[in-house]
Amino acid sequence: MKDPEIPAINVLELGVVRGVEVEESGKAIITITPTYTGCPAMDVMAADIKKELLEAGVPEVEVKMSLAPAWTTDWITDEGKRKLKEYGIAPPEKTADIRALKGEQPVVACPQCGSKNTVLLSLFGSTACKALWKCQDCLEPFDQFKCL
Amino acid sequence: MSQSLFTYTLRLADDLLILSQRLGEWCGHGPVLEEDIALTNRALDHLGEARNLLTYAGQVEGKGRSEDDLAYLRMERQFTNVKLVEQPNGDYAHTIVRSFLFDAYHLPLMQALTKSNDEQLAAIAGKSVKEATYHLRHSSEWLIRFGDGTEESHQRAQAALDDLWTCTGELFETDAVLEEMTKAGIAPDIATIKEAWSRTVDQVLSEATLKRPADAFMMTGGRKGLHSEYMGFILAEMQHVTRAYPGVEW
Repeated sequence: MKDPEIPAINVLELGVVRGVEVEESGKAIITITPTYTGCPAMDVMAADIKKELLEAGVPEVEVKMSLAPAWTTDWITDEGKRKLKEYGIAPPEKTADIRALKGEQPVVACPQCGSKNTVLLSLFGSTACKALWKCQDCLEPFDQFKCL
Repeated sequence: MSQSLFTYTLRLADDLLILSQRLGEWCGHGPVLEEDIALTNRALDHLGEARNLLTYAGQVEGKGRSEDDLAYLRMERQFTNVKLVEQPNGDYAHTIVRSFLFDAYHLPLMQALTKSNDEQLAAIAGKSVKEATYHLRHSSEWLIRFGDGTEESHQRAQAALDDLWTCTGELFETDAVLEEMTKAGIAPDIATIKEAWSRTVDQVLSEATLKRPADAFMMTGGRKGLHSEYMGFILAEMQHVTRAYPGVEW
């Protein structure tokens, strides 16, 4: 089960699956949490999870959405972060970035060449969860997974 | 009690829904590509938050209305957003000032709401607060750039500020609904939100070398469903497909 907008990483690595329950009847209840409030991928994820499980032979599936505790980028697994970087997206740093909350710029390494000589082009990127950066050394623009 | 909670939740939702609709108008028209993406991302964030609130409002009301029913099938008089968010986009300074004045109010409101006695509102706020922080940063940075930029950008930012200032009084109005919600520990004390708002405004305006307008005439009426002449056009655009083809799906 991949993230429809970042197909390099699956829903477990993204940290959106918060609970899995199986009732005696065999009904599965999957609890997921949205990454960003307005993320349009959440509806697709919920539908995909349901479809996959039904196809795998689970008799009944319910996907619940839970808002609290709020998702943070710290829930992305280390494996998930490694895959993001390989895919060309700078992964979020550890700590629900206190510097970003205070309005200070984080130091973001270029996922292509590793240089830390990078500059923020825009606070908002190609999807709700990303910002747009540029590497000053290899000159490649790249997406960064915003810290939340 | 539940009637007041419904009204209060709907107010929170309507502010975000209408601001989202306004920001969405910039799609494909942004001054630079990055800002086009930024404004539409913001519109999406506001819309997501509005959806959570509208869904909850529908549950509180208990008459089976969904988020879509509340967004698409209410008349102008039934919308309770402040007039600030329905003001036209104008030039980019107007768009930024409108968002800044709202963001500086929205962030402390969401922070305070995370401690609400109402669990669902607290959960929605807990989710929103991180995005609200990001939004305020975006609008503040642009306002500083405009104010402390060229003579032209400074003058336009000041004009937008003077123009929209009359819409800020409404953000902090109180009435029986809000008083009841505050007493119940569901809504925060609006006076403390105003203090936080005022501090942010002073700090950013000073960095932007802009002058804080004096409080004089303030618009009112939005919370009672009395809107400016712009509101009908926003709703016409937002609702016409649903109204022309009831129950349409794609």
